[in-house]
This record gives sequence, structure tokens and C-alpha cells, in this order.
Amino acid sequence: MGNEQITIDNFGSWTASLDAMLNGIMPSWCATLLECVLVGVGLLLVYAVLALFYILYERKICAWFQCRLGPNRVGPWGLFQAFADMFKMLIKEIIELKNIDRFLFALAPYLVIIASMLCFAVLPWGNGLQIINFNIGIFFLIACSSIGVLGILLAGWSSNNKFTLIGALRSGAQMVSYELSVGLSILTMVAFAGTMDVEEIVMAQKDHWFIFSAHVPAIIALVIYLIAGTAETNRGPFDLPEAESELTAGYHTEYSGIHFGYFYLAEYLNLFIVSGVAALMFFGGWMPFQISGFDGFNHLMGYIPSVVWFLIKAFAISFVIIWFKWTFPRLRIDQLLKLEWKYLLPINLFNLVLMVIIVMQGWYIGAN
Amino acid sequence: MANLQEKIAGLFPSATFEQEGDGKLRIVIPHDKLHSLVKDLRDNHRFDYLITIVGMDWKTSLGCIYYLTSSVSSEVIAVKTSTDDRDKPMLPSIADLYRIAEFYEREVYDFFGIIFVGNPDMRRLFLNIDWKGFPLRKDYDANPELNPVSIEAERQSDFTDQWVRTESGEVKCNRRRVFAEDDFVVNIGPQHPATHGVLRFRTAVDGETIKKIDVYMGYIHRGVEKLCEDLAYMQTLHFMDRLDYFSAHNYHHGLCLCIEKAAGIEVPRRAQVIRVMMDELSRIASHCLFLGTFCMDLGATTMLFYTLRVREQILDIMERTCGARMTFNYDCLGGVMQDLDENFVSDVKELLAVIPKNVKEYNKIFTGNVIARGRMEGVGVLSHEDAVSYGITGPSGRASGWACDVRKTHPYAIYSELDFEQVVRNEGDSMARFKNRIDEILQSADILSQLVDNIPEGEFCAKVPKVLKLPQGSWFQLVEGCRGVFGVYIESDGSNKPYRMKFATPSMPAACVVDHITRGQKIADLITIGGSMDYIVPDMDR
Amino acid sequence: MEVKQITTKSMPYDAWKDNEYIEKLVQELRDSGTNVLVGSLDKLINWGRSNSLWPLTFATSCCGIEFVSLGAARFDMARFGWEVARSSPRQADFIMVAGTIVNRMAPVFRRLYDQLAEPKYVIACGSCAISGGPFRKSYHVAKGIEDIVPVDVFCPGCPPRPEAMIYSIMQLSRKVKVERFFGGVNRQQKRADFFAEHPGQEALYNPVLSDDADKR
Repeated sequence: MGNEQITIDNFGSWTASLDAMLNGIMPSWCATLLECVLVGVGLLLVYAVLALFYILYERKICAWFQCRLGPNRVGPWGLFQAFADMFKMLIKEIIELKNIDRFLFALAPYLVIIASMLCFAVLPWGNGLQIINFNIGIFFLIACSSIGVLGILLAGWSSNNKFTLIGALRSGAQMVSYELSVGLSILTMVAFAGTMDVEEIVMAQKDHWFIFSAHVPAIIALVIYLIAGTAETNRGPFDLPEAESELTAGYHTEYSGIHFGYFYLAEYLNLFIVSGVAALMFFGGWMPFQISGFDGFNHLMGYIPSVVWFLIKAFAISFVIIWFKWTFPRLRIDQLLKLEWKYLLPINLFNLVLMVIIVMQGWYIGAN
Repeated sequence: MANLQEKIAGLFPSATFEQEGDGKLRIVIPHDKLHSLVKDLRDNHRFDYLITIVGMDWKTSLGCIYYLTSSVSSEVIAVKTSTDDRDKPMLPSIADLYRIAEFYEREVYDFFGIIFVGNPDMRRLFLNIDWKGFPLRKDYDANPELNPVSIEAERQSDFTDQWVRTESGEVKCNRRRVFAEDDFVVNIGPQHPATHGVLRFRTAVDGETIKKIDVYMGYIHRGVEKLCEDLAYMQTLHFMDRLDYFSAHNYHHGLCLCIEKAAGIEVPRRAQVIRVMMDELSRIASHCLFLGTFCMDLGATTMLFYTLRVREQILDIMERTCGARMTFNYDCLGGVMQDLDENFVSDVKELLAVIPKNVKEYNKIFTGNVIARGRMEGVGVLSHEDAVSYGITGPSGRASGWACDVRKTHPYAIYSELDFEQVVRNEGDSMARFKNRIDEILQSADILSQLVDNIPEGEFCAKVPKVLKLPQGSWFQLVEGCRGVFGVYIESDGSNKPYRMKFATPSMPAACVVDHITRGQKIADLITIGGSMDYIVPDMDR
Repeated sequence: MEVKQITTKSMPYDAWKDNEYIEKLVQELRDSGTNVLVGSLDKLINWGRSNSLWPLTFATSCCGIEFVSLGAARFDMARFGWEVARSSPRQADFIMVAGTIVNRMAPVFRRLYDQLAEPKYVIACGSCAISGGPFRKSYHVAKGIEDIVPVDVFCPGCPPRPEAMIYSIMQLSRKVKVERFFGGVNRQQKRADFFAEHPGQEALYNPVLSDDADKR
């Protein structure tokens, strides 16, 4: 079912033909290099555009929640507001501070942004549109996303400022704790999928997204994942590391200009990654929404390009996370840790066992 | 009263008695007997709430007037003491009797240079360490070159002075550290998003736990009391808008009442009703803004935008009548500046219709939220005794079980005819303070609904002489601001300008108590507590 | 390159109150003249800067509350892209000096200004910030912030209405538009003028923490 639609926008065949063409006209090392450059430039572009889109997206959504209009002067409906911000940030002075660890101070924003960029590599953007596909994709993703905390810790420590230090320590405690929940909830789904290969996970959700086929444990895992993911990205109600009303701007208090811009962008990109992974693990990645039996509907859904499917899912999940931020008050650090260690972690472990039982017994939809 | 006077006269033969302008008893006592007199008043007559300490310069002598009242009855008593030594004036401290006295004495020291022997922390409160002169003394040299506006970082000291009387009767000055030497001190403020203005907390922390807080004020100290001494009574009114800009009407009301009491001006009933209505409107507006900013401090930004909607509606009503959004300057001597706008009644009715709906919405959004409850319940518990001892009034004081509403205890204007309740809770935590304010919005709305159809016709302002001279004497008036008890003290020497004006504001104790109730709590709780005490920095700094 | 009339979206040029000032600056730009490439880059940069003015959350008294109202739904400064109020001066573009600056606050305020990253602007908001306002005669009030920092826009009122604040930030944004990134005509001039009037402050421009402050 639906095989022919999937080939409509199979980027895999495009990239394969491009690869063949390049290899035909130049030596293979040259082709590989060119491909790497193309991918890199493409990645950077997508990264920048997405971040800018997200900045505007959040500002518009928060304006909507707050009965305001939000940016609407720069370009039509304020679409270019984020671009104006970017241009300004690019040429804003980067302040040289005395008495700091200069190397680490400069390194930190790059660490943060590299961590989020690496995660982009394994996200399944569309059918065949994935930068790298290997058998431990999910593992790679979790590993990369945890580099980010290093950048934040370094930023806070090297700034030689008490606020940033407190912010960084909070962030360290928070991210290390919530890493567990993110990992475990994803592991639950991996146990269900039986693979860590991103493409296989997506293909396995061709008929039923995991959220439907694995029902109860998947929903539990999703809720925990969303909570932990929000904490991972340092967003409200878990935005303690940069709690504005407590620590001025938290770990990036001393950063100015584009260095601050990197933190700012990385925050939004991480939001996208968290949403993207949720889309991948629970909502079928780029798979269109299918209801078995309704062939006409399924065909119609299949005509929507896979990239659009993935982005819509990611944006919808981001919307929920942004909703959290503008609704809930912030947690206190001890409550935050209590939530993780006393509630989320035990529930998660229990959920993992539940999932294993379900898989063993074949109590899921689509079981043979 | 006469009973008390007899008892005091029996115990302290050196005490003499005076009557203040409004018939309050004033005990004049030599300074060596002050401590035992105040102790007697506190312990045996339950004068357990120190409203304020008014520092005074009578040109030949320096002194203080202590305004005491009780947390259970409405009697107000004044105790006056003085010293003739102008070079190194010393008075005994009562900081061991009232917790808040420590800060009031620091304020008096700052302005008059009176050293309080026994006060554990005799530093300047508002002005810099190296400020030359004592500004509220009558012989203060106001030459700006002595104390120029400088952009060099202010000199700071980690030490404080403590003056003690040794057994031999000599006075000795001890220096001690404010913080222990290995404390990790974080500066929160003066420019910090959570201090609601320019207040500075030097906070010693142990990890995330707060060990001690040292409050620095004066970053917006504008010398209002000194400025008043050069202005005619009518001109002093406009400062009231700029102390606590949320209770502008209430403060105006207080100062007007005090001057009218002194000058014997009868206020028409229409004006009284209008004043009360404006007071209650500004109380609603103020509490709305409190709800918003408090929730914003806790991280729930969106609440601010919902509460500001009601506030904007109230500001519209006020603007139509008073002509301004914030600094109204509406109450004047003898009544109010101008008559009500023709749509005032319908506007207020419209407002009253939306308030219950909105309050319900606020409760739905925030009060029941599990995170909000976790952040507020049991955080910053202030016991009843501490609330009285620190003089925490208003909704915060009533959250500690202290029924301290001046509208009930010392009714003024037409409040005695109105039917409303004091909102009192006993938990004393941030949640109680928060809920108290929500409930007070409803109470104020109730008062408004009682009045809105019963605004009497008549004059809105009595005839007041153009040049107003008050007879010689002193007057003290209490009103209920949005944040608590606001006291006005006027001393007149018979001219058209006040000899001394003192404003006892509720924000100052609210900021001073933060140290006491944050100890052992987390940094995030400091924000909750500071937010729930709801102090206004220009109000405490004056 | 031709410099057009400087205005902002949805505000006709004639509606502005004081075009003489901006015309003087524009004339200066026209006289100095630049080549097309640098001029277009300048334009792009100025477009970015003028549309992305992030305020520092800084308020001392009454005006600060009007500034809060400015952010709320009724006046909504987010429309212009100004709602990203940063708490850290390193990341903000301008200070809206909302309220009185007193003697004790002056050094703190000056340090905040110094901590802002270039390009930085100051709006003196309300009569207290402009001249001391009703407290001008006080012993502990700075008589205007002009002596402490260079001011770009004055916004009178006590406190100014939010509409006035919007107008003043729009004026600032207009002023930013006639600036030069390459060549730096106006802003550098402003600073030079300020230091010429206040000798001895250059040394403080790169502030060194005094010995006992912040040592702990």
C-alpha cells in the first residue's frame, strides 16, 4: 500500500543520481569532497533559516497567547523581523572581557552550536533526505545532544561571573539528570522498534505510527519525553539556567554579539531537534498519516511531500513546548531534580519493562 | 488613655505629657529612660507595633518621635525623646524590642546623624558611606559640590559599626564584618529584573541556599521629605504620586487628611465618596499589577498580560476623570481637583462586571497550578509575631494572621459606613500573600459596588484659603495604601511650609523582612518572597 | 548614493515633529558621499539595526511601569520588534532610562551603559531622567542623565504616555537609519562631543572595577 506515493518524492533516488553524475565527470575523491561541501552548505542554510523561522514562530505564538499582535512591521506580517535581528547581531560588538578564560569563553558557543548541528545529521527530513544513515543513528543523536551541556558549563564557568556560574551549575545538574529520561524514553521506543537505524524506524511506521501501535507505553514515553526534552533544551518551565528573573540571563550573561547569537540560535534549534526526534520516534518521521482501510484518504495524504510532513509534525510538537513555556511558572532547582529522580525515572523504568512485555507478547497493533 | 498616663507617670516620674494636634498622647521622656519606657509600653500595654521613628531636628536639639500602636487595639501613642549634643548625638536603641527599629534607626542615623547605642548595625541606609553631612538637619549644607554626582563606583565597606554601652557607662564602637570572610556573596541588584526597581540584596549563598541577605537601599532615594520642607502644603501633594505610584490616590488621601485635620477643613461628602472610590480603584489596579509581575517573576509571563487588561481598564476610568494615566494628583486639600467624568458610573459598573470573571480566570491560570503551588506554599513563612515586630502591614501582614487594615482599625473618610471584610489568612507564606491580594480585589470591587450608585450630589471641593498656614503643632495620620499602612507626620511651626514631614511607608519593612524570612531558602525563593512582599522601591527610598 | 527621506513604516514623513534634526544628519551623509557597494551594505546593516532595537530591562521608578504597559497587549511594542527585553546589558541595544537617577545610582547606571555592546543608545525617558524633574532641587538627584551618559533621544512626560515612548523609540530607530557602519559619522561624533564636554571621563570609558567593589 502506498508504495507508489513514497517514490514520488524519494530524495534518495535524486541524491543517488547526483552522486552518479558527479562521479562520472570527476574523480571520486573530488566528487566526495564536493558532495560534502554541498551538504555542509545546505545544512548551514537550513540551520540558519530554521532558527530564524523559529524565533519568529515563538514570538508570534507567544503574542497570540498574550492577546498581542507580535512583530508585524518588518516585512509583511513581520516575516523579516528575525532577519533584522540576525543582521544586527552579526555586527554587534563582541565585548572583550578581562579576567576570563579566553579560550574556553570563545569555545563555548561553538560547542553548543556544533552539538545541535551534529544532531541534524541523523534527522530524517524526508524520504531519503537524510545526511547520514547508519545503524546506530538514535544513539548518535543522544550522544551528540549531550555535548551541548559541555558548552553551557564552559560558558558559565569561563565568564568569571557569579550569575553565570550558578546558571551553569544548575544547567549541568538539570541536563545530566534529564538526559536519563530522554534516553530511557527513547530506549523504550527503540525496544519497540527493535532497531536504532533511523530509516528503519521510519519505515516501520508506514502503516501505524508508533504512538498508535505501541499505545499505552508509547503515550507514557511521549509525555515523559516531552517533559524531559523541554528540560533538555532549557526552556520554560525548566529554564532555570537562564532564569531571567533570578540570574539575569544565566550562563550567557556575559556573552554579546554573535556569540550570544549562537546560544540564542542553538536554543531554538535544540527545540527543533527535540520536536524532530519526537516526530521520528512517535509520529512516524516523514511518514504521512495513514488510516488502514481509507484508501482514498491515504492516497491524498501521500501526495503531501515527505519533507512537509516532517516539518509539520516537528512544528506542531514545538508549538506544544512553546505553549508550556508561556503558561507554566518556573520550577525551583530542588523541585526540578525531585521531579526527575523521584517521578520520571521510576515511571520510565517501569514503562520500559511494560514495553518489553508488550513486544514479547505481541500486544501491539500491527503484530503478526 | 488617662489611665495609661497615670501609670506611666507613676513609673517614670521624669516623663511629661503633651497632646498632639489631634489629641494623641505624647510622652516626652529623657533619653536614658527611653528604653525602659518603650519596653514597659510594649510588654505591659501591648504597644507591640512600631509604626515609624520620626527623626527630628529642633535646631537646638536632635531627637526622635516613636509612633507606637497595638496589634489588637487602635490606640496610637507617641514617645518623644531628644538630645542636646549636636556634634555626636546619641540615643539608646530599641532594636532589641522591635525588629524593624534597626532599620528605622539606621534611617534616622543617615538623615540626622543620631547614633543609636545598642543597634547592631549602625551604617548609613540610603546614602553612600562617604556622604558629607546629614541632609535632613536644618543646618545641612546642600552645596552640590560637597556631594557631587559621580560616576566612579561607590566606596563600599564590608564592615559595620556597632555602638555599645559598656558596664562602666562609656560608649564604645565595635567593628564587625557583615558577612563571614569565606562567604560566597552574590550581588542581586541594583539592576536586576527581580528586584522590582533598584534595590540591592547582597546575598551570601551556600550553593543554592541563602545564608544571609544584606539589604542596600537608596538607589532611588530622592529626598522627598527634605524637598517638602521648602514647599507650601499644597505643593507637597504631588510627591505622593511618585512614592508608591500604584497607591497614588491612597497616599494623596493620607496627606490631604493630615493637612485637613490640622487646618480644620471640612471635606464635602461627595469628595469623600469620590476619594474612597478612587482609593479602591487604585487598589484593584495595584493588586492586578502585583499578580502580573509576581507571576512573571515566577516565570509565568503570560499572566501579566491578562492582569494588565483590567489595569488598563481602570487607568482609562481614571484618565477620563483625572486626566492622567499614572501621576494623577487628583485629591487636593478640601476635596478633589475636579468633578467626576460623566461616564464614570457606567464605566465603573462595566469594570465591576468583568472583575469576578477575570479573577476566576487568574485563579484558573495560576493559583491552582501545581508548579505555582509548589513554588509558593510554605515559602517565606512569616509568623504573626514577626509580622508585628517587623511592621509588615497590608495584605502581606494580613496573610500572617494580623488584622491590620487601617480602614477597619482607624477608620477614616467614609470607611466606617461601608460593609467589607478584612481578608486575613494564617499561613503566612507566599501563597497566603498571593491569595490575599486576589481576595482584596473582590473586596474592593464590593466596596465600589456599594458606592457606585450612591455618590451624593454636592460640591466636590471645599473652599480652602490660597495660602494655607497650619497652627503650630504636630499631626499624624494613618491610611491604608495598597501595600499597607501609610503614615504621614507633619510638624508645623506656624508658617505656610511644613517644618518637618515624614512619610512612613509600608514598603520599607517589607524589604527589611526579606533577610529574616529567606534564610535557609533557595535563591529562587528569594524571588518568590520578594515578589510576594510586593515592595515598591521608590516607596521605601522616598 | 542618494539618501532618501528617513521615516519608518506606516508613518508619513510629514507626521514627524522634528525633521530638521534628521535632515541635518541626512545632509551630512549626502555631503560625505559613499560608493554604491558600501552604501548598500550600510543600508542593510542599518535596516537590521533600526528594526531590531532590544531594550535593557531597566527601570527605577514610575516610568518603568509605563514601560511595562508598553509591552502589554494594548500598546504592544512587539509589533516593532522591541519586545525582546534583555536583562543582561551585554545583549541589549539601548537603555530606556525610565525614572530618576540619583547620586547613588549614577555610577551603577554608568557601568550599565559601559557594559552595553556597541552600537548602544540611550533614551532619557521622563522628566526625571531629562532634568531631575520634580526632584531637581533635591540633594540626592542627578539633574538629568546627560552629564552621565550621551543621550540620543529625550522623551518628556511625567511619566510619558506609552504612545510617547513608542514615538521616542521610533525616533531612535530613525536616527539609527542615518548612521554609518563604515565610516561611523554620527555615533562617533556624538561620543566625541560628549567627551569634549565632560573631560576626564575617557579614562572611565573602559571601566576598571574599583578595588573593593566586587572583590568578594
